[in-house]
Amino acid sequence: MSDRAMIQIEKVSKFYGIYMALDDVSLSIGEGEFFSLLGPSGCGKTTLLRSIAGFETPTAGEIYIDGVPSLALPPNKRPTNMVFQSYAIFPHLDVAENVAYGLKRLKLSPEEEKKRVGDALDMVRLSGLGQRKAHELSGGQRQRVALARALVMRPKVLLLDEPLSALDKKLREEMQVELRTLQKAVGITFILVTHDQYEALALSDRIAVMFGGRIAQIASPKEIYQRPRTRKVADFLGGMNFLNAKVLGEQANAVSVDAARFGAVNLVKPQGFAAASGHVTVGIRPERLRLLWDDDRAPHELTGRIENRAYFGEVTHLTVGIDGLEQPLSMVETNNFGADDLPVGAEIRLAYDPDAFVLLAEDPPVSRV
Amino acid sequence: MTAAAFGAVAETPSPPRRRAWMRSEEARGLAMVSPTFLYALALLFLPVLIVIAYSFWTQNYLDIDRTFTLENYRQALTEPIYRDLFVRSLWISLTVSIVTVVFSYPVAWFISFHGGVHKNLWLFLVTVPCWTSYLLRVMSWKIILGYGGVMNTGLISMGLIDKPVTSLLYNSNAVVITLVHSWAAFAILPIYVSLQKVDRTLIEAARDLGDSRVRAFFRVTLPLSLPGVISAFLIVMIPTVGDYVTPRLVGGKDGVMIATAIQAQFGKGANWPLGAALSVTTMILVSLAAAAVVLALKFTVRRIK
Repeated sequence: MSDRAMIQIEKVSKFYGIYMALDDVSLSIGEGEFFSLLGPSGCGKTTLLRSIAGFETPTAGEIYIDGVPSLALPPNKRPTNMVFQSYAIFPHLDVAENVAYGLKRLKLSPEEEKKRVGDALDMVRLSGLGQRKAHELSGGQRQRVALARALVMRPKVLLLDEPLSALDKKLREEMQVELRTLQKAVGITFILVTHDQYEALALSDRIAVMFGGRIAQIASPKEIYQRPRTRKVADFLGGMNFLNAKVLGEQANAVSVDAARFGAVNLVKPQGFAAASGHVTVGIRPERLRLLWDDDRAPHELTGRIENRAYFGEVTHLTVGIDGLEQPLSMVETNNFGADDLPVGAEIRLAYDPDAFVLLAEDPPVSRV
Repeated sequence: MTAAAFGAVAETPSPPRRRAWMRSEEARGLAMVSPTFLYALALLFLPVLIVIAYSFWTQNYLDIDRTFTLENYRQALTEPIYRDLFVRSLWISLTVSIVTVVFSYPVAWFISFHGGVHKNLWLFLVTVPCWTSYLLRVMSWKIILGYGGVMNTGLISMGLIDKPVTSLLYNSNAVVITLVHSWAAFAILPIYVSLQKVDRTLIEAARDLGDSRVRAFFRVTLPLSLPGVISAFLIVMIPTVGDYVTPRLVGGKDGVMIATAIQAQFGKGANWPLGAALSVTTMILVSLAAAAVVLALKFTVRRIK
C-alpha cells in the first residue's frame, strides 16, 4: 500500500429527482488499499460504488481513477472491475467461459487466454470446475467465479458490492479471510461496500461510514471503533452506552466532563470541538465495563442491579440499572466466571476505566429534501 | 419384471391404496387437466388422425375406397404444381417469420428496456390492431397497396412516381407485407417476455468486463432472449404456411399458397384424400423447416462467445 491516490472523489453529489443519494462526498483511496464503504441501506454507499464503476452518473463533482477524470468514461473504458451482489454469472456460459468473457476483447492467443483463465481459477481455488455451468455451482463457488472473472482482467481497482451478504455465516467468515489474503497477494485496490460492521472491521485498511448520502467518518478500523466521531457512527459500529455529561473545563487537547455517577472524566478533545450548551454526549463500549467478583477491587467502581440477561454462548449480555443514571448500562461479560448464572435482580459491582470514555459530536442534521 | 409388477398392482388394487392415489397430487392434477385434455383430444388429435387416415385412401366419385395407397402422396410430391406451391408456401412463411422477428425484436426490446412505467400501455397498443377482424386488416392492405391506394397516391403526390405502380398488390410481396403486419403482435409478445427475464445485472457485468453496448447486446441479451425469438419464429411460421385468407385476398395468381390447393381439393376438386395428403405433407414440411431454423438459430448463437 503506497500513499499514491488510486481513486479520488471530489465533491460528488447525486440526485434522483429531488432525492439526494450522495451529498457532496469527497474522499481519496490509496493504491493497494482495502477500503470499505459502511452504512445502513439507503446511505448512498452502493450509489458511490456504482459511480466509480460507471453505472451511475453523479449530478455534480468528479471522480479520478488513477489520475484520470473518469465521469465521462463508460464502464467498459474504466480500469475497474466489479463483483456484483448477485454475482451476475452468465447462465449461458460455463465457468471457464465466464472467466474468459472480458479477455476476448484483448485478442490473446488461445494458449495465453487459457493460461490466464487457469491462473485465475487457481487463485480462487476453483481449478477443475471450468466446465461447470452457473446453475451447477454453490453460492460460495459462484462468488469465487465472480471474483476470478473480475481479477483476470487485472483491474487497477476491484469493486465489491456486498459480495458476502448472500452466503451463510460460516462460509462468509471463510470468504472474509480469503478475500483479505487475496487482496494482499494481488496488491490491487479493493473497495468493499457492506452493511456488516464486523466485515468492514475485519477486512479493511480504512473504513468510511456513511449516513444519508454523506460520509460521517473515515478512519482505520481500530480508530473508528474506539474513537467514533459521532453518536451515530458509535452506534452503528456496535454497542455503546451513551451518557449525557456536563462540561467542567476545556484544555488544549482535553475536555473534562462530569459524567453523572462515573464522576469527573478527562476526554480527548476532538478537532473542532465546541460544546454549545455546556452539555455533551459521552460513550463507553459495553465490553469496557467489567464485572467484579467477591474480593475483586478496582480503582473505579459502581454498584448496580441486573435488569436483564441474554446468553450468547461465549458471552452474556447484561443490562445493569444504576441509581442516578437515566438509562441502564449494557455490558458484555465472558462466561468463564459464571456471568451466565447471575440471576436477574442480583446486586453486582462493576469496574470501569475513565480513559475508555469517548466524547461524541452531535450528528449533522439530516438535510435530505 | 416391471410388467409383472404392474400387472400385480392392476389385478389386485387394494382399496386403501386406490383411495390414497385418489387423494394424491397426481390424481388431483389429472382431474384438473382432464376437461381441457378431453377437449383437445376430441377436437385436435382426432381430426388430425382422420386427416392422416384419409390421406391413405382413394376418392371413388361419391365413395371413399378405404384400401391403403400411397398414390396421393406420389401426386402431392411429384406433380409440379404442388411442388411449386410447397416451395412458395415455405418460402413465403420463412420470409414472413424472419421479417416479423427482425421487425418485432426492436419493438419488444424498446418496451422491455425503455418502456419505463408505461410498459403495459405499450403492450396494449401493440395488440390494438388485433382487435379488428383479421379480414378487415387484410382488406385494409388492399386499400393501402391498391392501384388507386394510399401508397400510390402518396408517392404520386410526393412526385416520386408519375403513374400508379401495379407491382404493389396481387403478388407474393403483398402477401409477405400483410402477413408480417398481421403477426407482429404475436412475435413481439414472446420476445418481450424473454427479454423481461434477462437479468439486467448480467448486462452491467458485460459492460464492466469491457463490452460496448452493442457487444453486450450480442453476447448477453440476444443469447438469453433466444427462447423468445424461437417461439416467435414458430408462432409465426407454422400458421402462415397454411394461410388461406391473405393469399386469396392480396396474393393474386403469383401469391397462391398451398392452402388454396388444399381448399380446392376439399371443395371443387372433391378429392378429399389428395387434400388430406397435401395437408399432411404441409405439416411435415413445416415441422422440418421449423426444426432446421431452430437448430440454425441455436447453433449461431452458441458460437457467440
